[in-house]
Amino acid sequence: MRRFVVAALVVFVGGFVAFWALTVPRAAVSADAALERDGDAARGRAVFFAGGCASCHMTPKQDDPLRLGGGLELKSPFGSFYAPNISSHPADGIGRWRVADLANAMLAGVSPAGSHYYPSFPFTSYAGVRLEDVRDLMAFLRTVPAVEGRARDHDLPFPFNLRRTLGLWKAMFAPAAAPLRDDPARTPEWNRGRYLVETLGHCAECHSPRNALGGLVAAQRFAGGPEPDGQGWTPNITPLGLKGWTKGDIAYALDAGLTPEGDSLGASMAAVVRNIAQLPKEDRAAIAEYLLSLPAREGPPRPRK
Amino acid sequence: MTSQMTSPTPVSRARRARSPLALAPLALAAAAIFVGAGAALAQNDPIAQRKALMKAVGDSTRAPAAMLKGEQPFDLVPVQAALRAMQAAGKQMPGLFPDDTKTGGDTAAAAKIWENKADFNAKWAKFEADSTAALARVTDDASFKASYPDIVRSCGGCHQDYRVRR
Repeated sequence: MRRFVVAALVVFVGGFVAFWALTVPRAAVSADAALERDGDAARGRAVFFAGGCASCHMTPKQDDPLRLGGGLELKSPFGSFYAPNISSHPADGIGRWRVADLANAMLAGVSPAGSHYYPSFPFTSYAGVRLEDVRDLMAFLRTVPAVEGRARDHDLPFPFNLRRTLGLWKAMFAPAAAPLRDDPARTPEWNRGRYLVETLGHCAECHSPRNALGGLVAAQRFAGGPEPDGQGWTPNITPLGLKGWTKGDIAYALDAGLTPEGDSLGASMAAVVRNIAQLPKEDRAAIAEYLLSLPAREGPPRPRK
Repeated sequence: MTSQMTSPTPVSRARRARSPLALAPLALAAAAIFVGAGAALAQNDPIAQRKALMKAVGDSTRAPAAMLKGEQPFDLVPVQAALRAMQAAGKQMPGLFPDDTKTGGDTAAAAKIWENKADFNAKWAKFEADSTAALARVTDDASFKASYPDIVRSCGGCHQDYRVRR
């Protein structure tokens, strides 16, 4: 009996140690004085809008995309997430963050205190963002007004409320932090489009179906699926879903918010359009160029309404 | 009387009269009645009316879209037609959401409309004011590109909150 208890204890402790080791939050970048220099806030503004930060972090029920008090509820099959305050407020926002803090948050989903972020924050896409863009974004975020007040904690049932388990989730579904490199065989426009779509724009996060654990289904990337909150459906944005759309149609839709037929892009895409419309028109053309170059993929069947 | 009814002459005359050309006025009259009935039906059907207004706005944006994309040269006529369609929608839409039209007719109107009626109506009023102002302002390609896009950009603001996602 005593031997059994010891063995059980060894298995339990060993398992716990293994879990702990496997799930340790790993930073991508260490603090570096050079990173803190030369941040360009004007360039950072474009990074901010390309990244769609305001869509989730802007204070709800007001129209200023630079009022970043957080608090928006993001419903999911795993519970409700509440977007945090990312204003320049030193205590409630991220006013005291260094560039390395922002880089670790965006690229690795790790907080300055060294804990995991939930993938409701799309570090899975931001993992490919270039360090100079993070640096410029931080410079820009230091210029937005400080907003007081913290968002409430996420409302998640067990076991999703255990942040440490996200280490396992990341091992399964999150790509390693690595800046996306240009493909020299492609045009600069295509490369720019890929960078915007795959990293900052984080288009795949909503325009792809997810598996039971919330990981993106790679074979159906960009092929559309249920909205992350379960209400409605995101369209297929591979050439299969964009059949009949020209490059100009896509660029126009991302600027004016209207489809070629004159239908309005509503739901969560309305906020995306408001962000992307802030970018230079070359960026919208680049996004269109890249989307039309994607392989045509069939998405999950859309349920009848 | 009996002889008249059995007489072949009036029948054949009547047959001759039913040539396609002779039927045209009849068809037109029928069509007019049909359209009239349809309009009367729509008068009592706010859901159908608001759908028709929305579709008119959407359709009207196609030609200006082609101009913005550089596929067509600037043409004032369709731009003004689009702005008038928007103006009409802005004016008429607030009256087309009575409480008994929250459901039915395959409507995509969200319940939020009736929860935030003041905001909803204010947004339509702004849409009407913006399109009215643009009608006065737009005279050429430059003024079109300066004031038209912001109006269509405002469509998403309402479709984000007030249209049911499906």
